[in-house]
Amino acid sequence: MKERARIMDKAGLNRVLLRMAHEIVEKNKGTQDIVIIGVCTRGAFLAQRLAALIGQVDGVTPPVGLLDITLYRDDLSSIAQQPVVHKTEINFDISDKKVILVDDVLYTGRTVRAALDEIIDFGRPQFIQLAVLVDRGHRELPIRADYVGKNIPTSPKETVEVRLEESEGRDEVVVLEKDA
Amino acid sequence: MNMSRNPSWERKDLLGLKELSAEEISLVLSTAESFKEVIGRPIKKVPALRGKTIVNLFYEPSTRTRISFEIAAKRLSADVINIATETSSVRKGETLIDTGRNIEALKVDMIVMRHSYSGAAVMLARHVGASVVNAGDGWHEHPTQALLDIFTLKEKLGRIEGIHVAIVGDIAHSRVARSDIWGLTKLGARVTVCAPSMLIPPCIGEMGVSVTHDLQEALAEADAVNVLRMQFERDSGDAFPQQLEYFKNFGITEERLKKAKKNIIVMHPGPINRGIEMSSEVADGANSVILEQVTNGIAVRMAVLFLVSQAAENRKTRRTKSAKTESQVIAPGSLIGTPANSLLGKPVNT
Repeated sequence: MKERARIMDKAGLNRVLLRMAHEIVEKNKGTQDIVIIGVCTRGAFLAQRLAALIGQVDGVTPPVGLLDITLYRDDLSSIAQQPVVHKTEINFDISDKKVILVDDVLYTGRTVRAALDEIIDFGRPQFIQLAVLVDRGHRELPIRADYVGKNIPTSPKETVEVRLEESEGRDEVVVLEKDA
Repeated sequence: MNMSRNPSWERKDLLGLKELSAEEISLVLSTAESFKEVIGRPIKKVPALRGKTIVNLFYEPSTRTRISFEIAAKRLSADVINIATETSSVRKGETLIDTGRNIEALKVDMIVMRHSYSGAAVMLARHVGASVVNAGDGWHEHPTQALLDIFTLKEKLGRIEGIHVAIVGDIAHSRVARSDIWGLTKLGARVTVCAPSMLIPPCIGEMGVSVTHDLQEALAEADAVNVLRMQFERDSGDAFPQQLEYFKNFGITEERLKKAKKNIIVMHPGPINRGIEMSSEVADGANSVILEQVTNGIAVRMAVLFLVSQAAENRKTRRTKSAKTESQVIAPGSLIGTPANSLLGKPVNT
């Protein structure tokens, strides 16, 4: 795969996350009842960072859970490489909480659909809002994010890769072109 | 999505641990860990196998294994049908292969089978396209029991490599012992088997285990002891020493455990013959993990059903993909299937 464009570096990513943290606090008028749930694996890292930043902004760090949606996917058979099943860790009651669902890239919306189904199996939150670092378009379901780090128009021949310190050793967002 | 090279499961069947690699066994264990979290949730059900049908085909009586598989399948949202052969056409003389093919004609995705003949699962898997999971065949293998034993040991001790496990009891007639030995030795554990000489099969040493007829010696260095059930139903009973005599020499008692490592783990695949293989005090004592094994059995069987089903699905997709790309060869530059082409070069693993 060929690198086409570098969208964000470390500083850019930090600025975007800080802005999103402010937006979350602003829209919900504080951090009362807010919980952050990240989709494995990069969404989970972003959720940790957002929670820490919200703590800086508002003084209260909301609890963070992580969600592995493998068992809720609708495309288990169509991915060539089997996904590894990870643990879901939500160590708090989500009933009547304001859930902020976090993922790295919003594309078809199918991951979010699976995540919504799984969250609802854990309880009945007040509401669920969606925060994504990158929205690259091409939705296949009626799903929209409440907080977007950056909109990146892409073609289906491209992929957007979010690389994070925690998993790849560096912070950046790049657009790659699939080999012809 | 960046999919790093994960260990993958390519088998449509689980027939035994003998043919599995250490990596494959580890993959089942780590997947089971995730499923253990699932069965602790308020809603213990996930939609992973929705729309799949699983038949439990049991040619031998079983309560715990059958129920465990049934619960595992239901927690994955599969539909389960139980066939007890005493009440089925097997009584009318239908052969195993005919039964299997008929079940398959009912569009069943997986068959979980227990049979009293060694090799029955292997034979069934050869003749049906559905996935076959061996729930115990004769004296041959009982892979999911061994996987749950190993899972429980790993949970308790944090590792398998380098641990020392004693297996005590009727080794000769035990499929659990064989599967345990394959699995544990592949992962680097030391295994000692202990029984009266008539219950030790010849050539067992070739499986890479030590043999002793002295229980105290077997227990001395063991981190865990797996106590097998005396299988009175498999033999007329005359061949065994008197039950009380067995208990005297090979029964696990508190007295004997005092001379073993303090935290020695006591396991039993169930059902227990209290007062024959072990005393009630040991079975219910602090070292016993027997009931945890039962709970872990569900997580392990969920992992097996999930992995096997996924592998079967992947095969189907590959077959349709390759059929598609073949018909499109004339259109060069077609986008469909180009990245997947790399898959076609690879032979499908068996």
